[in-house]
Amino acid sequence: MRIHEYQAKELFKKYNIQIPEGGIAFDPREARTVAREIRRFPVVIKAQIHAGGRAKSGGIKFAGSTDEVYSLANDIIGAKIVNSQTGHEGKFVRKVLVEEKLEINKELYLGIIIDRKTSKIVIIASRAGGVNIEETSSKTPEKIIRVYVDPNLGIQQFHCREIAFNLKLEFPVMKQFVRTLQRLYALFIDYDCSLAEINPLVITAKESVVALDAKIEFDDNALFRHRDIVEYRDIKEENPLEVEASEFNLNYIKMHGNVGNMVNGAGLAMATMDIIKFAGASPANFLDVGGGSTIEMIEKGFRLILCDKDVKLVFINVFGGILRCDMLAQGIVQVAQKTAIEIPILIRMDGTNIDDARKIFYESCLKPVYTVGLKDAAQKIAKLAGNGTGI
Amino acid sequence: MSIFVDKNIRLLVQGITGRQGRFHTRQCVLYGTNVVAGVTPGKGGEKIDDIPVFNTVGEAVDKTRANCSMIFVPPIYAADAIAEAADNGIELIVVITEGIPVLDMIKIKNYLKNTRTRIIGPNCPGIITPGQCKIGIMPGFIHKPGGPIGVVSRSGTLTYEVVNQLSSQAIGQTTCIGIGGDPVVGIGFMDCLDAFERDPDTKGVVMIGEIGGTAEESAARFISENMKKKVVGFIAGLTAPPGRRMGHAGAIVSGGMGSAREKIAVMKENGVYVCEDLCTFGEFCIEVFKQ
Repeated sequence: MRIHEYQAKELFKKYNIQIPEGGIAFDPREARTVAREIRRFPVVIKAQIHAGGRAKSGGIKFAGSTDEVYSLANDIIGAKIVNSQTGHEGKFVRKVLVEEKLEINKELYLGIIIDRKTSKIVIIASRAGGVNIEETSSKTPEKIIRVYVDPNLGIQQFHCREIAFNLKLEFPVMKQFVRTLQRLYALFIDYDCSLAEINPLVITAKESVVALDAKIEFDDNALFRHRDIVEYRDIKEENPLEVEASEFNLNYIKMHGNVGNMVNGAGLAMATMDIIKFAGASPANFLDVGGGSTIEMIEKGFRLILCDKDVKLVFINVFGGILRCDMLAQGIVQVAQKTAIEIPILIRMDGTNIDDARKIFYESCLKPVYTVGLKDAAQKIAKLAGNGTGI
Repeated sequence: MSIFVDKNIRLLVQGITGRQGRFHTRQCVLYGTNVVAGVTPGKGGEKIDDIPVFNTVGEAVDKTRANCSMIFVPPIYAADAIAEAADNGIELIVVITEGIPVLDMIKIKNYLKNTRTRIIGPNCPGIITPGQCKIGIMPGFIHKPGGPIGVVSRSGTLTYEVVNQLSSQAIGQTTCIGIGGDPVVGIGFMDCLDAFERDPDTKGVVMIGEIGGTAEESAARFISENMKKKVVGFIAGLTAPPGRRMGHAGAIVSGGMGSAREKIAVMKENGVYVCEDLCTFGEFCIEVFKQ
């Protein structure tokens, strides 16, 4: 789960990680009030969206007076930020963070993630912090410091020394940096983060170490033990169909094609999207109804696909294991009884209780197109929705 | 022959009295698996069919000499259950549970690093040696006993699809293992590939990967350096959008890493026979493995 910068900074505050003075504003007047409370100009106005790259796409502006704060906040709130991280549909700005602008001597990078390969927690740091960290990482990897921590031991003094000396920090700053690192690590562990990142972590002209930006992502699987974090979820940042799906424990992701598809199991669902593409068409979504799904979940999933206006063909691909084919058929037929379906429904079923499923479809008002195996399915997709291009 | 499990294993089921645990235990027994005990704290003394239920793994091992565990307990208690099994000498732990926090898993993995205990999963269908034993939730009937192909995969239903295509082409399997769809799992591709390479009855291996992480890339290098047997590979998620988690917690392309294109390229460079079209997977295997 992702949260906004201002929410991450609330957590930083709780952990005594230094942040610039400021506050959140939902409209230009609130922005002006926050700026007045800061009482120092210039201030920075930062769009709060679930995407980075804001500085380069008009999401971060500086203001020298309360009037300017009002007019810039007015421009940013309600605007759409479009960059490589938002996707081409962009992100609508609903709130801004107004903060004091600091005098900066040095921009560092500090991040913590879990390393899949070693099963360790890895602290990543660099003297080359700021907007081009990805480029630094790929072009000059030697500028990136990585220190691996055994989760059962936790962060030790030597880990901190190794990072601080490699960052070539001077003594008074070093001490502050180490405290920041230890606190960020504690936050990471306490809240089951999958990413905790400060970029840039700045050293100010007054030699303070301050988190200028904040990015935190949480392990969805651990949210059950962090009710307070769940409160931070901003469903306005998510696709409405995806929000609806998540309420039914369905894994749904909206895509840009016109072949809706419903599959049991994530791997087969991905492979099914690939098959659609190979057939010269394009998937409208990813939908994994899961192994343990109920008739209600199938019904909901099928409805979700049908209410997507882009969908011109639905391909249902199910390998019945735990999920029985007859249950799938019942869910589909229940939808068909209540809603007129005007687009073709292509069904490929294999596995448990397939004969019962066919009988359910046969006795229903729905007349799906059946396929035998995947090769036949691909050919039918090509015929019904393809443009013959493939990938 | 087979790898990791055969008809002689003595299986313990942790979480046997839950809905899923009960159902799948019965399916395993019907397949012929030797299930000797169940564990559910507080339900010791009960029986599921003829299987005795114990309060602790220690007691179950004591009374039944169980040497392998299958775990169905909910995510909150799963790490605890794995540690309990390991501390009581269980050497193979198959974790079916989906949704275990990553931090719990890395703690367990580091804890068990220098022990003999092996974990399969979590978030996996389990392991099956067709005709001998099934420890997991996969439909047994799609498998064809006798080999000569080993299967290792990060996915569940996608593996069933592949196995079904193999069986329909009269290609049997020695052992099929689902290593799990989480970002951090117990044994990986390399452990399985290594075991298949050493198993005299396995003549070739099928490896099913998906987007996210770099496990397939590492496995590909391992194959070119250490394996004489042929490996057919498949990667799901060519069309997956970057930055999105595709159902499995571990299936995400992030920071330009873990894309299907990249994985396929590295696998091909290292001599893996990559099948790009799932529809013709069975035929592809016939071609590759026919010698």
